[in-house]
Amino acid sequence: MTDITQAFVTALQLLVTLDDNLVEIVSLSMQVSLSAVAVSVLIGLPLGAALALFKFPGRDAIVVFLNALMGLPPVVVGLVVYLFLSRSGPLGVLGLLFTPTAMIIAQAILVTPIVAALTRQVVADLWVEYSEQLRSLGASPAGAIPALLYDARFTLVTAVLAGFGRASAEVGAVMIVGGNIDHVTRTMTTAIALEVSKGDLALALGLGIVLISLSLAINAATYTVKVRAEAAWA
Amino acid sequence: MSIAMPAPVADLAPRTKRADILPLSVENVCFDAGGQRLIRDISFTLEAGPRTFILGPNGAGKSLLQRLCHGLLTPSAGRVRWQGPGGHAPGREQAMVFQRPVLLRRTVAQNIDYALKLHGVARADRAPIIDDVLSRTGLARFAKSPARHLSGGEQQKLALARAWATKPQVLFLDEPTASLDPAAMHAIESIIDTMHNEGTQIVMTTHDLNQARRIADVVLFLYKGRLLEKTPADAFFNSPESGEAAAFLKGELRW
Repeated sequence: MTDITQAFVTALQLLVTLDDNLVEIVSLSMQVSLSAVAVSVLIGLPLGAALALFKFPGRDAIVVFLNALMGLPPVVVGLVVYLFLSRSGPLGVLGLLFTPTAMIIAQAILVTPIVAALTRQVVADLWVEYSEQLRSLGASPAGAIPALLYDARFTLVTAVLAGFGRASAEVGAVMIVGGNIDHVTRTMTTAIALEVSKGDLALALGLGIVLISLSLAINAATYTVKVRAEAAWA
Repeated sequence: MSIAMPAPVADLAPRTKRADILPLSVENVCFDAGGQRLIRDISFTLEAGPRTFILGPNGAGKSLLQRLCHGLLTPSAGRVRWQGPGGHAPGREQAMVFQRPVLLRRTVAQNIDYALKLHGVARADRAPIIDDVLSRTGLARFAKSPARHLSGGEQQKLALARAWATKPQVLFLDEPTASLDPAAMHAIESIIDTMHNEGTQIVMTTHDLNQARRIADVVLFLYKGRLLEKTPADAFFNSPESGEAAAFLKGELRW
């Protein structure tokens, strides 16, 4: 029990003194996850909206597949990205393995289905309401996509947030393609896994506290914005 | 009714002379849904000028007929023929106002701005048009308010203002005052009247026969998906041709 108490005290010390090592790991984690979410938003928003608006053969199958991809195991994604980026893989010449870029790619693959699937649902619901009016005003389905995404903006924040939660919390994919290299590819989750196995509970606990606090803070801020905005606009 | 409307200003006159899309010919139009024929072999011609009301009991196909003409629905058989190249596209020269206005989750002004943008009006030209239609519909003070915070009557005024801003040649109105109080209804009717006087062709449905008596010039009477008569309004209300219309006007029609 004293071990845990001791670890907790040390963890708080690391946090309060903004320990260099801890700050470095936190900032790399944020860079990787935020970049992955940005990539996923660029792909997932239009993809989800297109799936909601356009009817074509096989659409239902794609929607089911996309929903299934939301539960992709991170280690499997990590493994596949690893195979593609490894020296003998098809993209080996790029030399991306064990770099933050590789980690961004892996997390973007995990997050894009979440953003796309949730966007599809939100936009499909809004299209039911807007369809006649927008077509009456002369908008084609493709032309309506920006308007629908804009009008669904407050609900879509939730989709983006779910994606960020997934990216920042996963450990399997970044561990495999990043390699948990000190000062290069060490994120909060991979560091926690390592420090626990080494027995350095203080740093692990400190990083755990940061991870949970960040997640809480972002969710609380977004929730507040969403509730206020929806009250004002919907 | 005496709702004061500001005098027309030059801004709402057509920007350029556009090809007339009227007369509209509806030729043997049928519409099926769910294995049922809901519109049966309807033919008529809609000429420019007279305010045309589509009347009939619930389920007669009034809203469907409007949507078929407007281009939101495609006939299962027959055709809807507008004049000119842009006639068929719903948004270009026609507009529609629905029973329940669908407003974007934006400000009042932005709702109109979006419609103008879809019509290809340059950004710089939009502001004066928006100001004009908002002041003419009495909504100027709400310009920056969220559209969905307006009252029901104001929301419908905004839907009309949005249609008005695009200067349609033809305006379809599907029971635009069905859920409004008398004051709001009169305000809406007054706007419709002004648009009519400025040359927009009005095609409207209503369940309010007094409203139809006040406004209509021509009545299309639908019953069970068929067009039973197309008659000048005076004649329709005083001596309808069909037995069904007579029963409908007396409130005795079974449906």
